[in-house]
Amino acid sequence: MLDVKAGDDSSFDFLLQKYRSPLVNFLNRMVRDSSTAEDLAQEVFLRVYRARKQYTPSAKFTTWLFRIATNVALNSVRDTRHRKMEVSIDAPTDDEDSRPMELRAPEKRIDEHLLERDRIETIRRAILALPEKQRAAVLLHKYEEMDYAEISRVLDCSESALKSLLFRAYENLRVQLAPLVAQPVAHRAGEGRPS
Amino acid sequence: MKCEEVSSELIEHLNQRADSAKRRDVEEHLAGCAACRKRAEELRGIWNVMDELPAVEPSFAFDARVRQRVAAEPRRKWFEFFVPQPRLALAVGLLIALMVLVMKLPLKNPGTTATTAATQQEDFNAIKNLGVLENYDVVTKMDALSELTPVAAQPEESPQSGTASND
Repeated sequence: MLDVKAGDDSSFDFLLQKYRSPLVNFLNRMVRDSSTAEDLAQEVFLRVYRARKQYTPSAKFTTWLFRIATNVALNSVRDTRHRKMEVSIDAPTDDEDSRPMELRAPEKRIDEHLLERDRIETIRRAILALPEKQRAAVLLHKYEEMDYAEISRVLDCSESALKSLLFRAYENLRVQLAPLVAQPVAHRAGEGRPS
Repeated sequence: MKCEEVSSELIEHLNQRADSAKRRDVEEHLAGCAACRKRAEELRGIWNVMDELPAVEPSFAFDARVRQRVAAEPRRKWFEFFVPQPRLALAVGLLIALMVLVMKLPLKNPGTTATTAATQQEDFNAIKNLGVLENYDVVTKMDALSELTPVAAQPEESPQSGTASND
């Protein structure tokens, strides 16, 4: 990032290559539809580029990056909520064509594939049903593998407040995802079946 | 370690990020507490289920769009350093205007005000008498005025005597 600050555009390309996937994944799980997630990820990179002169290496670059991403995502979620008050939480999140490419095993049977898709949709809805700040905390903790100190800097809260936030978030998920925990994964359950 | 303490440490314990001493304490507690062990298993189950959410890849056009938007950003010219920002220019302008206004205002000193008023009264009297001095007839007959006997000033009536006469 210091090279980008010094005016080296190739270093910005390096940052883009390195962080585009984690960023798009994080935003895709934060907001309801994938095209919005890509737009927001572009916005984050643009903000990073605009703020390059003011960047000071006081914290890890990822902390700064995800702080921008979280603010952008929270603003988008709040704006969308105001615009689309009539959309139910149970409504389909987005249509099949607009979804990003998911990395699936091609050899699965159609019924296994459908069951797996249902499970994924349940997990996605359970995460989206969390309050925004709990959602951001869980995504940073679970998928970005950040520690408490880093997440608390991203979310601008104390570590004790973050512990409480994560505790409540995982409690909510425990209730929402309990049926999936009890039910075995489709393709594993079907491994022993004759074809 | 108590159940309440273990409850708050379980998430970090699942994550395998807790330090070794804390991990050992939690594991010792879990070995002897069925309720906390059940809760830890539930959390482990959720943790594993969440792993099923697939990763997504950005679309092929993603990089190109970011580069396009970055390229469209206005570049700062070397002389822009000397051009102040509008808000700064407004603030400086207002400050200069305020300073000029303050410098133009007369000083609010009572002694100076009294002196100025006395000087103005003297000037007014001189101008008032100027017409008399310029009148030739008045000046030539000025000697005749010296023959007049001065009139003694009449004492003012006291308010008490006035009241008495009314009675």
